[in-house]
Amino acid sequence: MDNARLKNMYQEMILEHNKSPRNFGPLDCHTHYGHGKNPLCGDDYEFFLDIKDDVIESIGFTGDGCAISKSSASMLTTMVKGKQIGESRKLSETFLDFILNEGSNESLGKLKIFEGVKQFPVRVKCATLSWRALEQALLNTKHIASTEA
Amino acid sequence: MFVKEKSVTTLNKKMDFPVLNTTMRGNRLVYLDNAATTQKPTSVLEAMNHFLTKENGTVNRGVYYLSQEATKKCDDSRKSLKTFLNAKSEKEIIFVKGTTEAINLVAYSYGELMKPGDEILITELEHHANIVPWQQLCLRRGCILKVAPITDDGHLDINAYKKLLSEKTKLVSFCHISNSIGTINPARELVKLAKEVGAKVLIDGAQAVSHLKVDVQDLDCDFYAFSGHKCFGPTGVGVLYGREDLLEKMPPFMTGGDMIETVSFQSSSFAELPRKFEAGTPAIVEIIGLGEAVKYMNTLDYKEIQNYEQKLLEAAQEKLNELDITLIGPTHTKAAIVSFVMNAVHAHDVGTVLDMEGVAVRVGHHCTQPLMKRYNVSSTIRASFCFYNDMEDVDALINGLKKVKEFLG
Repeated sequence: MDNARLKNMYQEMILEHNKSPRNFGPLDCHTHYGHGKNPLCGDDYEFFLDIKDDVIESIGFTGDGCAISKSSASMLTTMVKGKQIGESRKLSETFLDFILNEGSNESLGKLKIFEGVKQFPVRVKCATLSWRALEQALLNTKHIASTEA
Repeated sequence: MFVKEKSVTTLNKKMDFPVLNTTMRGNRLVYLDNAATTQKPTSVLEAMNHFLTKENGTVNRGVYYLSQEATKKCDDSRKSLKTFLNAKSEKEIIFVKGTTEAINLVAYSYGELMKPGDEILITELEHHANIVPWQQLCLRRGCILKVAPITDDGHLDINAYKKLLSEKTKLVSFCHISNSIGTINPARELVKLAKEVGAKVLIDGAQAVSHLKVDVQDLDCDFYAFSGHKCFGPTGVGVLYGREDLLEKMPPFMTGGDMIETVSFQSSSFAELPRKFEAGTPAIVEIIGLGEAVKYMNTLDYKEIQNYEQKLLEAAQEKLNELDITLIGPTHTKAAIVSFVMNAVHAHDVGTVLDMEGVAVRVGHHCTQPLMKRYNVSSTIRASFCFYNDMEDVDALINGLKKVKEFLG
């Protein structure tokens, strides 16, 4: 049963994104920046966004952390690239509501795969960290998103 | 007649600790986070339960029986601790919340006696609790914090330490044993070198008390700090040992009830040691629990424990080396603490898979971020052993790590 729970969290797609994160590396030039940190475990990611006419034209990230946090960051970048700011915010809200509460997973597409993380309460923060940082980036504040805010 | 050599695979202490006989996620509990907190023997649990159910009262309000008993029991705990640490006097045993409060007490109170330009020397091995209070003291008093580096093998660089000591050094503070990588510091030698330049010395003994016999007079330190919960007692209580003449010179840390002699609106005078440093109602049941933990530790043969724990450590290191891991820190002159990273798998993921196997380890930076940076890692997996662990626990760790490889490798 515990093996099943582990497999449910560490889905193939999550492990694959962890090994080969997409959009990894900073951008040459960016208009928006977000930083997410978990001071308790040391997960630390930076996001660089190039936003033109309200659209995230390009996004890159750097940093290090566990498989859940890194795959979440990687999948985030693939999900919001090309989206409008408003759409990205909505996606972030829906994802956080799904992970933290009992929110619906419709409209989340492949992000549904993080369902298994909900069975590991201490790991939920790993999945949400990047999305918090994205929210900060879209506000374009200098604030660091922390899991312990 | 052929006599089979008796192999020591266990000290059979598990029975003394009820939690170790429970199951965890369907498996036997394998508790390997003893550097974070140790488990409590039945005697400690019973003493605390007995006090709260049969004898609860506060201390130093002596007219009624319950208070007299509570006062006596706390005094007895202090006596036990005085003997346990080989302090000269019970006045030198200050009850605090834990190691962190003990260090803060010294930083605030002894810190009041320090002057701008005075230097405080710590080491690269330190826990945040032995870094941040000194940084704050430097900000308040204009003192200067110096850090003695370690060598790549995780031992203090003694030559660098010697060079950093000067007549400007007023206080040296170092861990007896590193919580993060297990290094045992040559405490007596470090104290001696510090005394040669006239510095006072605090030893952070949080990790040492459960592994070594501590004798503050033999160490010749000025302060020694540790937490009750890391040596088989409850959380919420710890001890600051301080040399009486220094404690006498130091101003109170916290003020209020219990630490005064007389109070008027114009001024107040303070109680004698140790009460001068114990403001407010103390952690009575915790102090009683810690006293009981000391009784338990007095039944232990520290030589035997050390030999036994070293065998567990050697076995763990040998088996870990067969896996795809990198050990961080020293391989000798260390307590039974192994810190390592698994190549290509993040420590946090390792911790989760091990937890599913009922194996409790600590993953993260262990409140030693500068030390992690020194080794260029953000976090490690730390298995810390106690005399109640056995070879089966070592094997459970190794098998768990093999499973990690299977899942995430």
